Amino acid sequence: MTSTAAMSYEERVAGFDWSIAERELGYRPGEPINIGWYCTDRICEQGLAAKPALLWESHLGEERTYTYDDLRILSNAIADYLRRLGLGPGDRVCLFMDRIPELYIGFLGVLKMGGIVQPLFSAFGDESLFTRLNDAKTAAIITQKKHVLKVRKIRDTLPALRHIIVVDAGPSPLQAREVALDLESLPRVERFDAYPSTAETPSVLHYTSGTTGQPKGAQHVHYSLIAQYLTAKWVLDLQADDVYWCNADPGWVTGTSYGIIGPWANGVTQVVLDAGFQAEKWYRFIEKRRVTVWYSAPTAIRLLMREGTELVRRFDLSSLRHLCSVGEPLNAEAVIWSREAFGLPFHDTFWQTETGCIVITNFAGMPVKPGSMGRPFPGITATVVDPRTFEPYPEPGRVGLIALRPGWPSMMRSYWNNPTAYQGKFRNGWYLCGDRSSIDPEGYFWFVGRDDDVINTGGHLVGPFEIESALLEHPAVAESAAVSKPDPINMEVVKAFVTLKPGFAAGPDLELEIMNTIRRKLSPLAMPQEIEFVASLPKTRSGKIVRRVLRAQEWGEPVGDISTLMEE
Amino acid sequence: MDDIKRVIRDYVVKEYLEEGDDREITETTPLISGGIVDSFSMVSLKRFLERKYEIQIPDAEATTTAFDTVDSIAVVVGRFQKARA
Repeated sequence: MTSTAAMSYEERVAGFDWSIAERELGYRPGEPINIGWYCTDRICEQGLAAKPALLWESHLGEERTYTYDDLRILSNAIADYLRRLGLGPGDRVCLFMDRIPELYIGFLGVLKMGGIVQPLFSAFGDESLFTRLNDAKTAAIITQKKHVLKVRKIRDTLPALRHIIVVDAGPSPLQAREVALDLESLPRVERFDAYPSTAETPSVLHYTSGTTGQPKGAQHVHYSLIAQYLTAKWVLDLQADDVYWCNADPGWVTGTSYGIIGPWANGVTQVVLDAGFQAEKWYRFIEKRRVTVWYSAPTAIRLLMREGTELVRRFDLSSLRHLCSVGEPLNAEAVIWSREAFGLPFHDTFWQTETGCIVITNFAGMPVKPGSMGRPFPGITATVVDPRTFEPYPEPGRVGLIALRPGWPSMMRSYWNNPTAYQGKFRNGWYLCGDRSSIDPEGYFWFVGRDDDVINTGGHLVGPFEIESALLEHPAVAESAAVSKPDPINMEVVKAFVTLKPGFAAGPDLELEIMNTIRRKLSPLAMPQEIEFVASLPKTRSGKIVRRVLRAQEWGEPVGDISTLMEE
Repeated sequence: MDDIKRVIRDYVVKEYLEEGDDREITETTPLISGGIVDSFSMVSLKRFLERKYEIQIPDAEATTTAFDTVDSIAVVVGRFQKARA
């Protein structure tokens, strides 16, 4: 594997075809394609069985190393275990774990078994978990002792959930439907016939939030491998000797597309630190593991900036050679700071759960314009369309909606159980990302903001409806609206506006109680960082709460047409 | 364990561990880097401390390092209590 960094953008685009990836992977259209097999058995067949695939470390300093042969055998073992439990092709199997090896290897095992893997962020509260398991009619969940407590709260309302698999049960007593799975003592399975999935066989179900309704499951297929493999190689510039670190949790799409599939389909060694953010520990980890390629996020980069460059100088980070970022727009200051701190710029990448792979990006070797998202990946037709006509703007510089021509390999195939919402993402033959941007004369995209009420906090999308629904379950809350407000670290955070029921008094104690309620039910990301108690909320004459007025107020923007609002 | 540390420890156990989670939280248990409290949840912990001790902790002081253990949080609280006095 050689670096493609020297290729110009024009060279990459000229004559591009996704068949480049098919040829490199040895895939012929029509033949079976199973991501689990491509990330393990195929790499071993290339003579890399003894190469480290995963170097894992916990926050306590516990370490484990897995070669590609270990990945192959252990993912076989999990696939075999799941099959013996009675699970089969098409069954949804949720992974609800911290960043432990069982999560990464379990992901491959579910795919080899033919299941649809449903990764969920382990910080989700029981209500967020219920919404997603109930929608997917999930048949099994693989989790840890500390998270099974949340599953127990909701299991009786989930009749489709047949198995609750606990990977670290130890001597703890198990309850109804629970079984223990100890990866280290699981019988090794040398040979396992991976399910012969085809290009369009469902593979991964990632839930994502929208403006309306509950989160929707973006359904991906095994053919996504083609795009994830090539974008990992070209954008992350992964090479044979690299030590790659992706900060993302596999509960989110970055953590699976580029924390599992992309690097392992490329046969690269990746490192995982199962620990919360702490600048010093992160730098020490990079130094110790000699990380060469680092895929991080603007929120983390801004937190590192806050700790200063002096801290950076205390570590030998000379192994780093390529840095990328994803999650929300990377501000110009962060790019400039990373040049000063690491001698390298972070390369911004833009994509989303639905796209499955990076679609607009700054390549290695491409001139980086700080603050720009970059240019479309070859094979991706991206433009900015007029929000009224959905026609591309003929001239550069106009702000419109980011639109992609459908058809790249890793595009979601539908929203689970919700084809209407899926169809609603298309206009005039374009897939609309829900983001606003402009394009400069050189073809670089410049992010402006979301085009809807979805809140992008720390790189994660949070839907206002889910928060408002949870707020209404609090006994004090009569009405609620959740909007974004600006934040110097997380770009946006959640702010809630609340009217109270008679008999309840607004105050800081109630604010804290409501904040903690939302955190426990949904997730820390969804917890309002501020609650404003108001006498009434802006509404249309038909009684619909108008979030845009509140959002505009928070961002200091014009509120727009308010002639249709109900007068108080 | 002094009073401030006990209050912090008890609050962390009550708010950030699931009922039935028997993990022991000591003065030196890593809370942020140990994944018990994340940077988003830190906001509610900071808010609690400000209410309880009638202090204001500037955001710049509420770093993930300063909030990583019961011990280090108690240092922050003590410092701003003194500043208030």
